[in-house]
Amino acid sequence: MSTQKFGWRHRLGGVLIMAASALSIAATDPAASGTPVAAAGGKAASTADHSKFKELQGPFKSGPEVTKACLACHNEAGHQVMKSVHWTWEAISPTTGKKLGKLHAANNFCGSILSNEPRCTSCHAGYGWTDKNYDFTNQSNVDCLACHDTTSTYKKVATDAGHPLYAPREMPKGSGKVVQPPDLTRIAQAVGKPGRHNCGACHFNGGGGDAVKHGDLDTSLIKPSRELDVHMSPDGENMSCADCHTFNAHQPTGSRYAAIARDTKGVDMKHVDHNRATCESCHDLKPHKNERLNNHASRVACQTCHIPEFARGGIATKILWDWSTAGRRGLDGKPLFIKDDHGHLSYSAEKGDFKYGENVRPTYKWYNGVVHQIALTDKIDDSRILELNRVEGSASDPDARIWPFKVMVGKQPYDPVNKTLVVNHVYGKDDTAFWENFDYAKSIKAGMDYAELPYSGKFDFIETRMNWFITHMVAPKEKALRCNECHTRSEDGRLAEITDIYLPGRDRSGWIDLLGGIAIVGAIGAGSIHGIARILSRRKGH
Amino acid sequence: MSANRIYIYKRYERFWHWSQAVLIIVMMITGFEIHGSYTLIGFKDAVDVHTISAWTLMVVWAFTTFWQFTTGEWRQYIPSTRNVSAMIRYYTVGIFKDTPHPFRKTTVQKHNPLQRLAYLALLAFISPLIWGSGLLYLFYGNWAQLGVDKVLSLEMVALVHTAGAFMITAFFFIHVYLTTTGHTIFAHIKAMITGWEEIEEHLPPTSKVAQRSAGKT
Repeated sequence: MSTQKFGWRHRLGGVLIMAASALSIAATDPAASGTPVAAAGGKAASTADHSKFKELQGPFKSGPEVTKACLACHNEAGHQVMKSVHWTWEAISPTTGKKLGKLHAANNFCGSILSNEPRCTSCHAGYGWTDKNYDFTNQSNVDCLACHDTTSTYKKVATDAGHPLYAPREMPKGSGKVVQPPDLTRIAQAVGKPGRHNCGACHFNGGGGDAVKHGDLDTSLIKPSRELDVHMSPDGENMSCADCHTFNAHQPTGSRYAAIARDTKGVDMKHVDHNRATCESCHDLKPHKNERLNNHASRVACQTCHIPEFARGGIATKILWDWSTAGRRGLDGKPLFIKDDHGHLSYSAEKGDFKYGENVRPTYKWYNGVVHQIALTDKIDDSRILELNRVEGSASDPDARIWPFKVMVGKQPYDPVNKTLVVNHVYGKDDTAFWENFDYAKSIKAGMDYAELPYSGKFDFIETRMNWFITHMVAPKEKALRCNECHTRSEDGRLAEITDIYLPGRDRSGWIDLLGGIAIVGAIGAGSIHGIARILSRRKGH
Repeated sequence: MSANRIYIYKRYERFWHWSQAVLIIVMMITGFEIHGSYTLIGFKDAVDVHTISAWTLMVVWAFTTFWQFTTGEWRQYIPSTRNVSAMIRYYTVGIFKDTPHPFRKTTVQKHNPLQRLAYLALLAFISPLIWGSGLLYLFYGNWAQLGVDKVLSLEMVALVHTAGAFMITAFFFIHVYLTTTGHTIFAHIKAMITGWEEIEEHLPPTSKVAQRSAGKT
C-alpha cells in the first residue's frame, strides 16, 4: 500500500519536475517557446520573437552574414555601434582633450594592440580587425551577437580577430580537444538584450584572462552571492551590467576616461541624460538614514566604504606583472612556465613574473574624474616610477572624493634614449613575435616599425603603476567598512595615506594634547597632593 | 542636629546637577575615544552616544536656563572679588590647620567667592568653547549651506573642541576633589543628593566672613 502510494507520488513528482524544467527552458530561451518572456537579470520582455523573422531563418555561415540580416531591419544600429568606444577603441578625454582608448593609451598589462591585432581584437565588437589598415567604416563587420546573444553559446575565438569558430578546431593545438563552432542560426534567432555573459566575455577577461585586469570584474559575477555583489546576485537585486551602464543609441555610459567622481545630480530621472553608471543615479545624494553618513558623501565615494575588498569572488586578480624577466627557458630548452601553490602561473616565459591577490584591500586616492593617461607617443620621465594614469584630486579640490583603487604594479619595456614606451610585437606566426622567439630586441623593433614610431634601437625596463578605480562587487550594507577602519590612529588605518584632510579619531594637535594632558595630570596631581597634605596635617593635629 | 540644617539645593537643581554630571562623564569618556586616545566601545558607538548625550544636555540646559531666570538663581553666579583671598588662604593654609571655613553657605549665597569665579570661568569660557565647537561639529553637514565652510575648517573646530574637552576634564577632577573639603569628606556630595546642608556645630555664627556675607544680603 505504502509503496504504491510512494509510486504515484513519485510519478507525479516526476511529471511536475518535467513540467517545471520545460517552463524553465522556456523562461531562459525565448526561441524555444515562441512566446517572449521576461529574461533573467531583470530584463523586460521583448515585443518581438526573432525566431519568426524570415530574415533570420539562415542558415548563417559567418558573423558578418548575421550582421547583414540584423541591419536589414535595425538600419541605424550599425552606424551607432561604429560611433561607440566598443568599435573605435578610441575615446577623447572630456577633461584633458587627449586621445585615449585602447588604441592610444599605454597600459602595464598586455601592452599595445598594434602588431598584435588578431589576438587583441578577439574582444572587438566587430569582425576581421587583423591589422592597422582595418576598415572602420564597413558596417557589416559590426558584431551584433557578441552583445546580443542570449544563449551563451556564441564565443569569439581568442586568435581570430573577432570571429567565432566557423569549423571544428582542435583547441589548444595538440590537446586532442575539438571545439565545435556555435550554431549561428539558432543564436541569431534568440537575440535579446545584453546579459552578464555578453559583457563579461570581454570585461571579465580584460588583460588576457579571468579577473586579470580590473580586480572588481571577473566571472564570479555571472552568478555572484549576495555577499559578493548585492546588485547582481540572484539573491539580491539580480541586475545585469546594462541596468546601470545604460545604453543610448548603442553608446555605453560609465567610462574610465570620463568618470563622474562626484555625481551632484542624483537620481537619473531628474536629469534624463540616461546615465545610471553612478551610485547616485539610483540611490540619490543622501541614501543613508543617518545624516552623519550622508555627510561623508561630499568627501568619500560610495565605493570606498561599500567595496571593502576587491577580487572577493574566489578568483585572483593580477597585482604585479614584470615583463623584464620574460623569455627564460628551462633546462630542456623549452620556454619556462611555473605555477604557484594555488595553481596560478607565477612565471611565464611569454609574459614574465606575476603576483596575484584575492580579497585585496584597495588603495585610496583623491579623484576628481580627471585622469592623466600616458599615451604611447608621450615623453616619459624615467628617473622614477612611471604612473601611467595619474588620477587628479586633493582635499582642497571640491570635485574630488576619496576613491578605492587597484594599483597595478608593472615593469615594462621602454626606449631609454627617446624616453617613450614601446610597442612590443608579442603575437603572430613570424620570426619577430616575442611569444615565438623570446627576443625583445627583435620584437620591440618589429612593433615600433609596424607602429611607425621613432625607436632608438635600445630598450630597458621601467617600473610602472596603473590605477584602476574599484566600483563593482558592492557588498551588502552590513559588510560596509566600519567607522574605525578609517577613524583610527593605527598605521594600518584605511586612509593612513590620505594626509591632507583632518580625520577625527586619527588626527590631533600634538600641542593641544600635550598641554591638555598636563592640565589633567596637574589637576589630579594637585588634588592628590592637597588631599594627602590634609590627611597628614589632620593626623598631626589630633 | 536637624535644627542646624538648611535646604540649600532644590529638587530641580539637584536633578540638573546630577543629570549634567552623568552626561559630562559619558561625553568625556566617549569624547576621548573619538579623539583616538583609547578604544572602549568602538568609534561608531562612541560618536552615537556622544551625540545623544550632547542633545540631551542641550535639552537639560534649556530647562535649566529657564529655571535659573524664573527662580532668580542665576544671581548665584555673579562674581565678586571680595573674600577671594580669604578663600585662597583657607585652601592653601587654613584647611591644614583645621581653621574654620571662611564662608558660610546660605540659601541665597550657596557658592563661596572662589566657586563663583570658577563657575563663571566655566560658564563664560570653557562652555562656549565646547558648546560652540560642538554645535559646529554636529552641523558639519550644513556648513556649505550656511557658508561656514568658507570661514572654518573641520580641523579648527575639532582642535578647539579638543582643547575645551581637556579643560573641562581638568576642571572635573578639581571639582570632584573639592567636594571632599566639607566638614566631612562626603558632606558636600550628601548635600547635593539630599538638598540639605548640615551646618557645622562649632562654626561660630559671628565669624567675619559669615557676618560680611550676611550683611551683604
